[in-house]
This record gives sequence, C-alpha cells and structure tokens, in this order.
Amino acid sequence: MDWTWLHKFGSPPHVYRLAGLLTPWFAWPAALLILGALYGGLVLAPPDYQQGDGFRIIYVHAPSAWLGVMIYAVMATAAGVGLIWRMKVAHAVAASCAGVGAWFTVVSLLTGMLWGKPMWGTYWVWDPRLTAQLILLFLYLGFMGLRASIDDTSRADRASAVLALVGVVNLPVIRYSVEWWNSIHQAPSVMKMDRPSMPFDMLAPLLAMLLGFTLYFGAVLLIRLRAEILRRERNASWIREELT
Amino acid sequence: MSDFFSMGGYAMFLWPAYAVTLLAIVINVYTARRDLQQARAEARRRLAASRAGTTDASDQALRGQP
Repeated sequence: MDWTWLHKFGSPPHVYRLAGLLTPWFAWPAALLILGALYGGLVLAPPDYQQGDGFRIIYVHAPSAWLGVMIYAVMATAAGVGLIWRMKVAHAVAASCAGVGAWFTVVSLLTGMLWGKPMWGTYWVWDPRLTAQLILLFLYLGFMGLRASIDDTSRADRASAVLALVGVVNLPVIRYSVEWWNSIHQAPSVMKMDRPSMPFDMLAPLLAMLLGFTLYFGAVLLIRLRAEILRRERNASWIREELT
Repeated sequence: MSDFFSMGGYAMFLWPAYAVTLLAIVINVYTARRDLQQARAEARRRLAASRAGTTDASDQALRGQP
C-alpha cells in the first residue's frame, strides 16, 4: 500500500494549503445547520412538559459542552501524535485547539448556570458533572499557560503535550459522572445506548446543532492552524511562494 | 411575537444563554481570522526585510524592531 499521502500531513506547506481549501466546506454547512437549528429549537420544537420553554437552553448548552469535551479529545490526540512521531504539524493542531476549547467550556458552564437557576434553584452546585467540567476549563488554561511560559516552541510543544495527555483522565469522568455518582445533572438525552428520550421535533434541532457546532469548530481550527503554521515556519521558502 | 420573546417566563435565563453562545461563536471566528491576517502580514514583512538585504534585517524583523 502507498502511504505517501499520509506523510503529506507532516508537511507544513501541504497542510497550510489544504486547510485553506477545506475551510469553506466546514464553514458554510456549519452556518446553515446552526441557523436552521436555531429556528427549529426556538420556534418549531414543542415546549417540554416539565420545563416549558426553559428547556430550549439545551440547544446552546449541550453543543457547547460537547465542543468543550470533543475539542479536548482532538487536542490530546494531536499532542500525543506530535509527541510520539515528533510531528510539528500535530503540535500546531494541538496549540490551535486550546483557545476555542476553553471558550466553549466557559459557554457550557455559563449556559448551564442560566439553566440551573430556574430548574434547580441555584446557579452552581459542587456536583460531579459541574466540577469535572470546571476542571476541564482549568486543564485548557493550564495547557495555554504552560505554552505561554516556555519560549522555545519545541519544548513548549512537548511539555504541554504531556499535560494534555494526563488531562485525558478527566474526559470519562465528565462523561460518566452522572452515572457514577448521584448527580443533580440530568442523564444524557441523546448519546446513550437505547433510543433518545425526546420526540423528533425536539431532537432534530439538537442533532443539527451538535453537527453544526462540530463543523464550526473544524472551520475555526483550520483558520487558526494556518496562522499557527505561518508563525512557526518563520524562514521557510514555501511561504515566499505562498504569499507572493 | 411578545409570547416568543417572553419564552414562557424563562426569557431572563434563556436569552442570555443564547447571547453568550452567539458571542463565543462570533468572537472565535473574528480572532481566528485576525490572527491569520496578522501572521500573513508578519511573514510578508519578514520576506521584504530579508529580500532588502542582510540576514540582520530579517533578524530584526523577527524581533519586531524597526
């Protein structure tokens, strides 16, 4: 089998150009899905029988929480690949993930607080799920802080990669926290083994939002990755060709 | 229409939640694009400096000095 295509992903100029070509293919479907889901979630979906219209916060809360966790998984995978195969582009991917992941973890915490107040009577409790998500934010901030504190890029890459990999233990804790402990947080409605516990017109906007957010992250990651590659490849001759 | 905005009494929780999410979506696109433009401009400056002559010039451009 021919593996040369794989090696191209270690080549900064190739990844830079590919990222530029792919960005609109993520951005436009993401925009359409999010706008459609916004209409579906706010207008078409029926009110919940217990939570009334308050349940509609799920359409921004669950996708943000999903991004917080999913982006961390991407970041840790890229960091691991960079560490094992000494692949600079992989480290550049990891570095490009952290800021976006931290943003959406904050959004998941804030939207969760705004949902918790009317439903649980409080903005915050030291519940396992909430605490684990807060730890996720600290992992992102630690990753970014560590990178910022080390001047040498390849040392920063390696040190932050180790931190990212250690932090992976937090991901199953977030996922299963609502099952392992008596959590105030509700159990998953979509991502579980049997059928989702929602009627179709509630579920469809949520699925569209989850896919839309995922594609949105893809587009933002590709843009950030190109900037990161340009900053790293300071004196490479390909940049001359690319920019002139 | 006012029914829609009152969201069955949950307006004061629901709309801030949507606003904060929208803000994050917009800010992340904006900063990513701005970073890319800055990185491009920086690389162009560096190229121009190194084309103008010595490696000293490109070193200085690297450090962001005139």
